[in-house]
Amino acid sequence: MNSVDTTVNPATPPHALRSQGLLRNVTDACTNFVCQLGDLTLFTVQILKWFFRHKMRPGTLVNACFQIGVLSLPVIALTGLFIGMVLAVQSHFQFSQIGMANHMGAVINMTLVRELGPVLAATMLAGRVGSAMAAELGTMRVTEQIDALESMGINPIHHLVVPRVVAALLLIPTLTIMADFMGIFGGFAYSYLALDVDPHLYFQHSRDFVGGWDLLTGLIKSLFFGCTIAIVSCYHGFHCQVGAKGVGRAATAAFVISFVLILGIDLLLGMGLDRLFLPMQSGGNALL
Amino acid sequence: MSSQPPLQSSPSQQSNSPFVCPLVEVRQLGVSFDNRVVLQGITLEVRRGETLAIIGESGCGKTVLLKSLIGLIQGQAGTVHFDGVDLCQTTSAELAHLRSRTGFVFQGAALFDSLTVAENIGFPIRQSNSQITSDTVLCDEDIMSLVTESLREVGLADNVCQRYPMEISGGMRKRVAIARANILKPDLMLYDEPTAGLDPIASDVINELIMRSRLQHTVTSIIVTHDMKTARKVADRVIMVHPVDRLTGDDAQIIFDGPPSVLDRHADQRITQFIHGEAGQRVIELSDG
Repeated sequence: MNSVDTTVNPATPPHALRSQGLLRNVTDACTNFVCQLGDLTLFTVQILKWFFRHKMRPGTLVNACFQIGVLSLPVIALTGLFIGMVLAVQSHFQFSQIGMANHMGAVINMTLVRELGPVLAATMLAGRVGSAMAAELGTMRVTEQIDALESMGINPIHHLVVPRVVAALLLIPTLTIMADFMGIFGGFAYSYLALDVDPHLYFQHSRDFVGGWDLLTGLIKSLFFGCTIAIVSCYHGFHCQVGAKGVGRAATAAFVISFVLILGIDLLLGMGLDRLFLPMQSGGNALL
Repeated sequence: MSSQPPLQSSPSQQSNSPFVCPLVEVRQLGVSFDNRVVLQGITLEVRRGETLAIIGESGCGKTVLLKSLIGLIQGQAGTVHFDGVDLCQTTSAELAHLRSRTGFVFQGAALFDSLTVAENIGFPIRQSNSQITSDTVLCDEDIMSLVTESLREVGLADNVCQRYPMEISGGMRKRVAIARANILKPDLMLYDEPTAGLDPIASDVINELIMRSRLQHTVTSIIVTHDMKTARKVADRVIMVHPVDRLTGDDAQIIFDGPPSVLDRHADQRITQFIHGEAGQRVIELSDG
């Protein structure tokens, strides 16, 4: 880690000392980042190895599915509902000024299934499930429960991490569908009941613009998001520093890094999937 | 509390043939964390059936040594052999198998919070898929009866079975941890400060349980402790580990290795200071620091 010489020459002027300090900090941060990236990669390789080589215990998977899926359902549904309604409020304000209030269904539903549904579901899960995973595994690390597993000849990655990653991978797309559905319902309900938008035209325009590929785009994204949340959160919990502060830091890092990665992956997948979609559309693919 | 009478003396029944290899053999073990050397040149043999106490002041590396013995911490130098197998050279599957032959009682008990007492004790059986009886998968009833028997061995009533670790006292948690570690009748039992944080009576109960587990089946025990009463009562042999940063010259890190009865007669000031709990010059060292 200490790649920069830390010895100080008394004759060195103060501004040079500050530059040296800044250089050392930047070098340390870069080294730390590369080390963590390497650790995370090795951790992911271990997860894949244990996933493919050893059968998972059904009990651990069911428990993880319950924690990630069932307990997250109300918060995801509520978030989706409100986002749909907020989109309706904002869209109506803009669209009514140009006399196109009946077209707002297309915008609301397209935004929901392609972007906001997957991203908000993933963000909520990073906050609710990711932080909980990191805190739980971190506490297990600090209280030597992970050491206890190892001392019994049980691989903790196989026992603790693989079921969580698989559960996240399976259930986050399902939760995304739930968020999409509730958002579409919320947007429509508010538009129809409060804004007096024609329901037939609302869904007619939606059908014209929103297709199966848009829904698939959102679901593909959600798979990546789920995987990212589970791996990043388990990694931070697993490598938690000692003490309550360490557990708190692990939970915070799990959320913040997951969130940043969700946005980054969303951008990359948005670009990549559009490039994939356009040639398919021009080639007459019947996905729409 | 168990109804069995307390044992009065440290048993040393196992005859140790010179032709049988030691169960644990450590050669020139060195462990460091972030350039801080914790263990240096540790060489140690633990014979089968022996009860060894590792004593030494806080931070000297006793727990690190204990965890190194089953590969929970990897050393940067030296070798650790368990039953003739070099832990550094073995595969992860072999290492897991070797670990399943050990029981580890952690300092804070390390019971799984999300499981009940019964589930905690039965956990190793469920995971190892019946190493207790020859290649037979145990059904839930069999596991439960073994759990109940283990609970009774450590002097706990059946009604704690459905309680969670957070709902029982520290002493009871330690007993549950001993029951969990002992349920597979391991060849090697490792205790990390088993009496730390307990009152004198609870401490003595733990000492009795450690001694009793030796009577119930042939087991080699290694106990890390600060408690001289525990060391004197349960151990056949005591080693004292000194912190690396306090060593002078070419001193070995293990500054005492012998039976507990010799401890009091030893001339080394570092040993007498520790066993009598005298601060000596250390107060001045603290104020300097």
